[in-house]
Amino acid sequence: MTAAGEAMTGSPASPIPLVSVKDLRTWFHMGSAVARSVDGVSFDIGAGETVGIVGESGCGKSVTALSILRLIQPPGRIEPGSRIEFEGKDLVSLGDEEIRHIRGNRISMIFQEPMSALNPVFTVGDQVAEVARIHGGVSRKEAWDRAVESLALTGIPAAGDRAKQYPHQLSGGMRQRVLIAMALMMKPALVIADEPTTALDVTIQAQILDLLVDLQKKFGTSILMITHDLGVIAETTSRVIVMYAGQVVEEAAVDELFSKPHHPYTEGLMFAMPHIGRDLERLNVIPGTVPAPTDWPHGCRFRDRCPYSWELCEREHPPLYQVGVAHTSRCHLAIEPERRNHPHPPLVVSQGAAVA
Amino acid sequence: MSEIPTKPAAAGAEPLLSVRNLRKHFPIRKGVLARQVGAVQAVSDVSFDVSRGETLGVVGESGCGKTTTGRIVLRLIEPTSGEIRFEGKDVRAMGTKELRELRREMQIIFQDPVSSLNPRMTIGAIIREGLTIHRLAEGKAADDRVKQLLEEVGLRREYATRYPHEFSGGQRQRIGIARALSVEPKFIVCDEPVSALDVSVQAQVINLLRDLQRDRQLTYMFIAHDLSVVEHIADRVAVMYLGKVVELATSEDLYREPLMPYTQALLSAVPVADPRARKERILLQGDVPSPANPPSGCVFHPRCHHPARDEACTRIVPPLEHKAPGHQVACIKQPPTTIPWEEQQRAGGVHPPERYLPLAAVH
Repeated sequence: MTAAGEAMTGSPASPIPLVSVKDLRTWFHMGSAVARSVDGVSFDIGAGETVGIVGESGCGKSVTALSILRLIQPPGRIEPGSRIEFEGKDLVSLGDEEIRHIRGNRISMIFQEPMSALNPVFTVGDQVAEVARIHGGVSRKEAWDRAVESLALTGIPAAGDRAKQYPHQLSGGMRQRVLIAMALMMKPALVIADEPTTALDVTIQAQILDLLVDLQKKFGTSILMITHDLGVIAETTSRVIVMYAGQVVEEAAVDELFSKPHHPYTEGLMFAMPHIGRDLERLNVIPGTVPAPTDWPHGCRFRDRCPYSWELCEREHPPLYQVGVAHTSRCHLAIEPERRNHPHPPLVVSQGAAVA
Repeated sequence: MSEIPTKPAAAGAEPLLSVRNLRKHFPIRKGVLARQVGAVQAVSDVSFDVSRGETLGVVGESGCGKTTTGRIVLRLIEPTSGEIRFEGKDVRAMGTKELRELRREMQIIFQDPVSSLNPRMTIGAIIREGLTIHRLAEGKAADDRVKQLLEEVGLRREYATRYPHEFSGGQRQRIGIARALSVEPKFIVCDEPVSALDVSVQAQVINLLRDLQRDRQLTYMFIAHDLSVVEHIADRVAVMYLGKVVELATSEDLYREPLMPYTQALLSAVPVADPRARKERILLQGDVPSPANPPSGCVFHPRCHHPARDEACTRIVPPLEHKAPGHQVACIKQPPTTIPWEEQQRAGGVHPPERYLPLAAVH
């Protein structure tokens, strides 16, 4: 039995952040339509810090992660003016050769689906060793030894034997450990974990989250944790970014976000989740659905689904307001807080476009 | 949940669905002659009742047999052995005609709202199909019924002429629900109906299922891996592990005082959306063993953390027995048990049963 819920606290954000994303816009140009999947996102990640990005399908969280690694394929494009500062370089303007050197070496990624992220025709040991050969330039023998060492570090029993097996011979949890071993092989400064436990069963998820917390403490790696699960966020991160419709709508320290959510979307997400031990007759819902990225609404993008919106929300796209210490929110309630006391049925309900 | 008056009928009343000693073995075949070399015991000796108007939640991890159990109940999969009774009628003995009649009363809502709707059929045609097959309505009457159903699940009447790809995941799930409701069933197997949906949409669908249950006195078997969703919707919960029901209790008892060590671990593993909650976590070691080669005795023994676990657990198959009224658990180490201590000792047992509640303080 271990004391869980011990978040990866790490050191507080250092004066110079490890990563600084500035006005990132990643758009997909499809004929005449442009899907503005990531539309002006800015945030920092400190050295040794674990930052979470939470949001639902289509909010732009995965595209943000792929943009940092420059893994966006046409028709997708990182728009001019976007900056991703990392160790003194702007990743957006780096050449292919330079970005390849950073990928896997300094920044690595753990994907959601461990089966499709592994090559079925090579042993897992070969695949982990390949990272050391390509990025570390070491010999075959040394790469293999380091792969076994890395696999053992992620808690794979009898790592030497397991390394000789193929992905299909391992369980989902073991495969995810292999991906973590690959990601940590070169001791990167930043690991991006995109829904690392979504495909796993809950008891295996607990093992993997525990492992990430441990390894983060051991190596002081920064982690960008991307998930739709507020539970995973609460248990692993120190700072949280909430995304909606391609933008950051709220950012705060994890305790602050859960105790004082400001943005109506964040609030809605928290109430919509069923909690064990909190039995309600009905779950609160956020009515309606996320708008299409080709056609973000004018003004506030959450306006139609919001129980507080008023005419200002239609007229003016809200900026990120400062609503507390290191706490920002993209909601006009920041200037007219008393409106929170007078909720109304959201527009999507009163217009009958969808049901609650 | 306490406000809902529809709860299990008085003791002695006949359950709507009754399942006894259900087994399903899928053969493993090898070689050119497809010789059977073993069997996956997907469901092994499962028994439960579902009362009218009740929701029985079935939870467990991948491969525990929960989906197979749901399909067997509907006879979409033939069981290897066991008994299924629906309103007292023996489902396994039914012929084609009776089975068709039964299918009107038992429906299913699938997990994946994309692959469970035919992309070449309009929403109206999809919902209408059941009405036609069971000769419930034709022509204008059927059209009206389709529109009425769409409204009941919170969609617009005009949607009848559109195709599935025009809808979001949550809306498609509503269409799946309208299709199930079209034949006025009494019983619906909901197989992970909200797992593929985002949190905000998930809440909409759960609320809809609850409203429909209240308005139409429906009975649900709700299969899910998400324990918090199940707590919200189920009156009673069956926890499955490696093809067996290992704990069966009211939702309240199960979440407040889980007795089976597996249930305890499962509950403690759910991440809590509260950064200040500091809960004890029981970390299970390793993975679920293969159902083709399940452990002897108690199937959970290799991963069990009960302090009294011993040799006896590896030799004695624990019966699903009452530890408290309405609370059944398959564990010979949680008292009271019908397996006497002497028998446990003969099987190599060294630790007498003792009450173990690691989560008592948490929930």
